[in-house]
Amino acid sequence: MNLLDYENMRVIWWLLLGVLLIGFAIMDGFDLGTAILHPFVGRNDAERRITLNTVGPVWEGNQVWLILGAGAIFAAWPVIYAVAFSGFYLAMIVVLFALILRPVGFKYRSKMPGPRWRATWDWLLFAGGSVPALILGVAVGNALLGVPFRFDDTLRLDYEGTFFGLLRPFPLLCGLVSVAMLTMHGATWLGIKAAEPVAGRARKIGSFAAFAMVLLFALGGFWVIRIDGYQTIGFYAHDLDSNPLGASVAMVQGAWLSNYARQPWMLLAPVIGIAGGLLAAWGLAQKHHGVAFAASALALTGVISTAGLSMFPFLLPSSLDPGSSLTVWNASSSHLTLVIMLIAVVVFLPIVLAYTGFAYRVLRGRVTTEQVNRERSSY
Amino acid sequence: MNDQLVELSRIQFGLTAMYHFLFVPLTLGLSILLAIMESVYVMTGRPIWRDMTRYWGILFGINFALGVATGLTMEFQFGTNWAYYSQYVGDIFGVPLAIEGLSAFFLEATLVGLFFFGWDRLSKLGHLVVTWAVGIATNLSALWILIANGWMQNPVGAHFNPNSMRMELTSFRAVFFNPVAQAKFVHTVSAGYVTGAVFVMAVSAYFLLRGRNIEFAKRSMAVAASFGLAATLSVIVLGDESGYTASENQKMKIAAIEAMWQTEPAPASFTAFGFPDLKHHETHMAVRVPWLLGLIATRSYDTEVPGIENLVAAAQNRIRSGMLAYGALVQVRHDPANQAARATLAAHANDLGYGLLLKRYTAKVTDATPAQIVQASWDTVPNVPALFWAFRFMVAIGIVLLGFFTYSFFSVSQHLKAGPKWFLYLAICMLPLPWISSELGWFVAENGRQPWTIDGVLPTFLSTSSITAGDVWISLIGFIVFYTTLAAVEMYLMVKYIRLGPDEHKSVEPMPVLTLPIISPESVL
Repeated sequence: MNLLDYENMRVIWWLLLGVLLIGFAIMDGFDLGTAILHPFVGRNDAERRITLNTVGPVWEGNQVWLILGAGAIFAAWPVIYAVAFSGFYLAMIVVLFALILRPVGFKYRSKMPGPRWRATWDWLLFAGGSVPALILGVAVGNALLGVPFRFDDTLRLDYEGTFFGLLRPFPLLCGLVSVAMLTMHGATWLGIKAAEPVAGRARKIGSFAAFAMVLLFALGGFWVIRIDGYQTIGFYAHDLDSNPLGASVAMVQGAWLSNYARQPWMLLAPVIGIAGGLLAAWGLAQKHHGVAFAASALALTGVISTAGLSMFPFLLPSSLDPGSSLTVWNASSSHLTLVIMLIAVVVFLPIVLAYTGFAYRVLRGRVTTEQVNRERSSY
Repeated sequence: MNDQLVELSRIQFGLTAMYHFLFVPLTLGLSILLAIMESVYVMTGRPIWRDMTRYWGILFGINFALGVATGLTMEFQFGTNWAYYSQYVGDIFGVPLAIEGLSAFFLEATLVGLFFFGWDRLSKLGHLVVTWAVGIATNLSALWILIANGWMQNPVGAHFNPNSMRMELTSFRAVFFNPVAQAKFVHTVSAGYVTGAVFVMAVSAYFLLRGRNIEFAKRSMAVAASFGLAATLSVIVLGDESGYTASENQKMKIAAIEAMWQTEPAPASFTAFGFPDLKHHETHMAVRVPWLLGLIATRSYDTEVPGIENLVAAAQNRIRSGMLAYGALVQVRHDPANQAARATLAAHANDLGYGLLLKRYTAKVTDATPAQIVQASWDTVPNVPALFWAFRFMVAIGIVLLGFFTYSFFSVSQHLKAGPKWFLYLAICMLPLPWISSELGWFVAENGRQPWTIDGVLPTFLSTSSITAGDVWISLIGFIVFYTTLAAVEMYLMVKYIRLGPDEHKSVEPMPVLTLPIISPESVL
């Protein structure tokens, strides 16, 4: 068996998809969380500028995790890209507008002195952080429930859902998990980077968010017992050309838990999610900021891995026609594309991590009002 | 097919792409200009060059944020609005986009923070390295994006796979070294350099007319004039190179740009002026320059440049071949073991896209009447008058700018003079020109690609998502309102910071004492 054969490449790209999404959640997640916390942890303009300037020099680089994540789905899982982005059309447009507001808000807020100008941008930044966090969580929740689509013979998509159809109770719960999780993560970042009293307020809200995340996540775990998951039936070839038609797939209640019965080690993922959240809450309360941030990053990793592992090998099941469900085995790019993309990742990702580390080292230290006033480029 | 959906999707993509490209060329040009200015600072140690880098850096930053933000829209839209396109060619098209993020955009976006916040934290040399890295990464970004775009114009290194019902990569090397992509890359970044240079010239001229920051403005002009002259020459030469490659791969685009209805005996003449007539297939009041087109497009004096009517006749043959390919494809999709159908498909696979053109007239394709084939073959002709005029205005602007920079370079920059007053006013008048010509250039390239999203492979009307026209109306109106607001804010800030000028940035604005609506954590919890 060749390490780089088609089946293995698909598994590797499934793992890399996870790595990129987790990278996005850790790196861009604290930006989103900070934006959510922004109006609440700063009580006057000076304090709000502290919050802004903790992420000011780094948000651009962090946002590339999102751009890269989307680009990697486009290249490695093109049909997922097509179905998810067009199926969730209006939701995606809303996310997009929120994501555009964020960089603009960072850049423009402090460029004008008026209080109304700045207060407006503060709330737009809040929207720019909370809306993507909520909707991306809701999208994952909908993927777990299955999405109403099918293909015709030429793989043209037929999607029968609506925008409000996305807002079902379970996906909304997933959205809240996501908001709580990123709020916690943003709080641990402010714990490291912001001067008092901003950091102190962030710690308070952050502990609360961490507990909320743990509770909501556990609630989701119990809820999954009741919902219909998806299962492949019989032999399912892993190395054929990608063709998401006519797979033998059944909807079975609680099927999303069956992977854990077969592979108990997978339980590590939810355990890490919960333990990480609790540890982050403890670290915030005890002012162990480094521990809190690392624990929060672990929690993110655990929670996202839980969703991925529960669904494996499914990526986007179809509730309308389970046979059109998209899986690791029928939705990938060609073998050659996966290999070339893997080479690109192996070459470039370590370099990216190296200069990202360098940038954070150069920018180390707490952001204070004195520093915000001294720096000419401050936001 | 839902024509309204297709039209709205095209309008939305076109508008958001043109909007995005208001910011990109200035980013491309200013990033390199900043690196040049800072290099002079590090070499000479004169603080004025540092002040120049920092001031132009502020304007760069205001522009950069919107470039990044609106770029996100471009990536998202392939999935949201062109879902069939994404699934049909994502195997190839997605690769350069993803590698762009990994290899270039990450570098640019991570280090741009250090450019702004690293002045006191990095050594002089360290900061210079960061600035150059931002500039180079910005240009590398453009390279990967244009490799993706070049593949839409000239889809090399890929084949159609009936099992997965899509195009798949066969040679990454061919995609990377696509001659169309390489020519477009240099043409596009050079246009960005011209934009940066004109911007610096115009803003400096404004300072000089106001009689302020004289030394600052004169030095900025000196850099911009020489950089602008080199860049303008490069745009024109490499534009000519684009013309050459277009004639190899997209003969129809060249014929439409030239409104050349019939093949002329070689070498063909260049129509400098005229009114293309769609109905009668002729160009009225044409002013022709003998030989010129043949020489530009073929680099020889005995190769013919085919005319529109001749290309349409050739398209009819390809459509008939494409009908066979499509018929075989349907058989293969129903019975993957049908080897005879596979062989037919393989023999005609290169014309499959032409067969798909018939889907506009008959869903079945294989039952197309001769009249429908003729209709479909005329669909391969893009909008001739629009291309004809857009191209000529673009070239005219290029020539005007070449004259402007030639004069600037020889009379102003060399002696570090402020230049006569009329010249300063002229410099300000030049300001919109590079943007107009960039937009016209994209219009020629992308509208000239019609009716295809992927030339000869996938028709535009088949590429859309399965969404409703109502969905696109909502997003389109949202974009127009949202983007117009952002443009207004951006222009306001840009003008404000230009008026403030370099001196006002020695310290940040005094922080206003203000009370904001207070929400305390206690009241939330």
